[in-house]
Amino acid sequence: MSILVTAATLPDGTTTDLLVDDGVVVERGTGLSRKGATVIDASGLTTLPGLVDLHTHLREPGYEQSETVLTGSRAAASGGFTAVHAMANTSPVSDTAGVVEQVLALGERHGYVTVRPVGAVTVGLAGERLSEIGAMAQSRAAIRVFSDDGKCVSDALLMRRALEYVKTFGGVIAQHAQEPRLTEGAQMNEGVVSGELGLQGWPAVAEESIIARDVLLAQHVGARLHVCHVSTAGSVEVVRWAKARGIDVTAEVTPHHLLLTDELARSYDARYKVNPPLRTNEDVLALRAGLADGTIDIVATDHAPHPAETKECAWGEASFGMVGLESALSVVQASVVDSGQLEWADVARVLSSTPARIGQLAGYDAPFAVGSPANFTLYDAAARSVFAVDHLHGKGVNSPYLGTELPGRVVATVHNGYPTVLDGRLVDAETVAAGVRRG
Amino acid sequence: MTARTVLQAADITRALTRISHEILESNRGGSDLVILGIPTRGVELARRIAKILDGIEPGSGTVGSLDVTMYRDDLAGQPTRAPSPTQVPAGGIDGKTVVLVDDVLYSGRTIRAALDALGDHGRPKVVRLAVLVDRGHRELPIRADFVGKNLPTALDERIRVRLSETDGAEFVVIES
Amino acid sequence: MRHLLSTRELDRATAVGILDVAEDMADVADREIKKLPTLRGKTVVNLFFEDSTRTRTSFEVAAKRLSSDLVNFSAKGSSLSKGESLKDTAQTLAAMGADAVVIRHASSGAAQVLAQSNWIDAAIINAGDGTHEHPTQALLDAFTMRRRIHGRASRGHDLDGLRVTIVGDILHSRVARSNVWLLQALGASVHLVAPATLLPSELANWPVTVGYDLDEAIRQSPDAIMMLRIQAERMSAAYFPNAREYGRQWGLDDERLARLGPDTMVMHPGPMNRGLEISAGAADSSRSTVLEQVANGVSIRMAVLYLLLASETVA
Repeated sequence: MSILVTAATLPDGTTTDLLVDDGVVVERGTGLSRKGATVIDASGLTTLPGLVDLHTHLREPGYEQSETVLTGSRAAASGGFTAVHAMANTSPVSDTAGVVEQVLALGERHGYVTVRPVGAVTVGLAGERLSEIGAMAQSRAAIRVFSDDGKCVSDALLMRRALEYVKTFGGVIAQHAQEPRLTEGAQMNEGVVSGELGLQGWPAVAEESIIARDVLLAQHVGARLHVCHVSTAGSVEVVRWAKARGIDVTAEVTPHHLLLTDELARSYDARYKVNPPLRTNEDVLALRAGLADGTIDIVATDHAPHPAETKECAWGEASFGMVGLESALSVVQASVVDSGQLEWADVARVLSSTPARIGQLAGYDAPFAVGSPANFTLYDAAARSVFAVDHLHGKGVNSPYLGTELPGRVVATVHNGYPTVLDGRLVDAETVAAGVRRG
Repeated sequence: MTARTVLQAADITRALTRISHEILESNRGGSDLVILGIPTRGVELARRIAKILDGIEPGSGTVGSLDVTMYRDDLAGQPTRAPSPTQVPAGGIDGKTVVLVDDVLYSGRTIRAALDALGDHGRPKVVRLAVLVDRGHRELPIRADFVGKNLPTALDERIRVRLSETDGAEFVVIES
Repeated sequence: MRHLLSTRELDRATAVGILDVAEDMADVADREIKKLPTLRGKTVVNLFFEDSTRTRTSFEVAAKRLSSDLVNFSAKGSSLSKGESLKDTAQTLAAMGADAVVIRHASSGAAQVLAQSNWIDAAIINAGDGTHEHPTQALLDAFTMRRRIHGRASRGHDLDGLRVTIVGDILHSRVARSNVWLLQALGASVHLVAPATLLPSELANWPVTVGYDLDEAIRQSPDAIMMLRIQAERMSAAYFPNAREYGRQWGLDDERLARLGPDTMVMHPGPMNRGLEISAGAADSSRSTVLEQVANGVSIRMAVLYLLLASETVA
């Protein structure tokens, strides 16, 4: 199929028409035309490369009441994403070639986004024995990112071995940095608010100490390390120090840690309960600065859908996590673009090209170039709306932004040359699946 | 809004003196008499009556207060009221002649609540009712034994009683 | 006042108002007929996810003295122990027509979650939520202090200038939190004494002074000293080495009792670990208010039920 995007303003500020044929960009310039092409008028919109999430929970197999590959993919497309990395804490855990190939196949069949499974570092995420990293790397899913996310690889020796072993297959360990003993029973950031609310504190040092240990281990064994969802000012300092020493580390921050603080816990509304917890305003400012100066490489959503009943309860009984795919771009705009800290070209870097590079996902290094796969999203940065349940397209409604006014709206998303979102609405599943078959 | 003064300070004093004499007369003396005022202004009126009684027959002016807030049947329809203290004299009320004192008798509901409250404090021999003003419009089969002044009123009129101890001025007016 | 969730929401006038109504309620306890008809036809539910016979019984006596119907919905042997959610329980109680729900829950904030939800329209009274607050305990403590100072002439008084020292597991104590906010509202000053492990990591926003040394705090001759119950499980979690060391450092023993002023109130929310945080001599001394606290609990809870339930009109 053919798509003609007219008057697209690219992240570098240039304006051009884009002609897409058979999944790739075939022509750029002004005044382009193509008979029978689907025409999208992009004037007044921001055109971004397809967003790549390095940190998504799709929950399938095993937790289909929370999310499935299909529903999570739809949520991703509606947020402007064209690729997501599906975390390994499924049931069974994604710790074998069989499970990761199943997740890959589900993603391919539905076609809303490219689904890249993440392999577990340890068998059953138990933190005891390495999983079959080689088999997963060499499977049809070609796993390159390995993570026990949700749990920390806390055993120092096991972490060292994992960092070394994954080098063999050109992969990277994405560490969920959380010292388990320091966070037993922890409910929210340890500080002023936790003391007043009587909720058990989750100290910043529980994250920072693991990151400090891991960057030193990575340096020692000469391996690559990725740090998931950095949430404290101290963590930013540790990563900055590690990069200055030339350690091969990358780091991500979630949209919610760029915008929200632990003050929200005063409502005891479990929508604000997340792992790692929301921190203080000082942490938020340090994370924004770290993202702006490149200490933090990417933004990743940590989209974590949960059934309503696990959030409609007392804080201590609620699940950790919030959905984030649908709101990510708006929250990034609200937190760091509208404040002038990031340009749209930076957004393209932290939400597309760099996460693709970390995940070794091909086709995102030269977006919009003739011959490149056609993955992009058209975004209306001037729109504003009150975020509501009908903005959510996955199964989870555990968004912290419901009832909050946010900027921006995804108008269209194109994945591998066929639209998944048009006129601000998701394209139906049959049409998308047909696009996959033609592609 | 217009206000018409119906009792001056001197009228109030005269009314209370007459009521005191009537109480003694109906009780055939001052023995076993307990005067209980209903907050707020009933308490002050009860104190004055007790003082007059003591002047006529020393030792007859045993006085206390009886809060009826917790016994009202109209709590639901109004903002929460803070109750006032109840002070039952040391000798109690069992077997006594209790005279309830209030400033204005209107629907009779306050007195109904007072009779219920009284029952939880003991069993008097006789209960009487003294009021400074009876403005009519009863909603219950209740009447006063001793009345300072009968004041026929319209439903939309208001009676205001002011006493020097509680209000710094002393008069009764009808507002309409 | 629609709910009672935290003492933080009480200003001085409101707090004194509650204590004054409790004085009237205390008078009822002295009568032959210890009952008022005020809440006839109202239904109060004791919803106790955690066992607490003392608090539950205190609310039960209070509700019955005000003639309301009382339903006990306790964890043991009911659907609550079988994992029924707060939401389902609340909706069940709403369907039964509960006018007030007295909730005790192991999770901080549970009472507030219930009050903010649209699951039930009843007045919510927090009877202890996790390690957050226990507002009626703080109110009865303040009532007890006021009566010790002013006796029967307590009405209208606050606790201006009173110096209160709270000793023990501040970090996990809902009693301490509720007392800190209420005592501040009433004009008292609060000093906290505990090992550093049992204090919240950040106390900058708390209207208190803090120390580690009980003997130093006793030298300052406080007007009241409140000993908190220490839980045995804190030992295994390395908050302090053992009971003997805790008792030696932070227990109110007979020797420390002797150094307190003759009028210093010795308070304890109960149940006490005699010989650990408080000696038998201190608990039973004339300075001890422990039994007064229990008696006053009924009056305070009657006052709270009255103020929340008597009027359907929001003042």
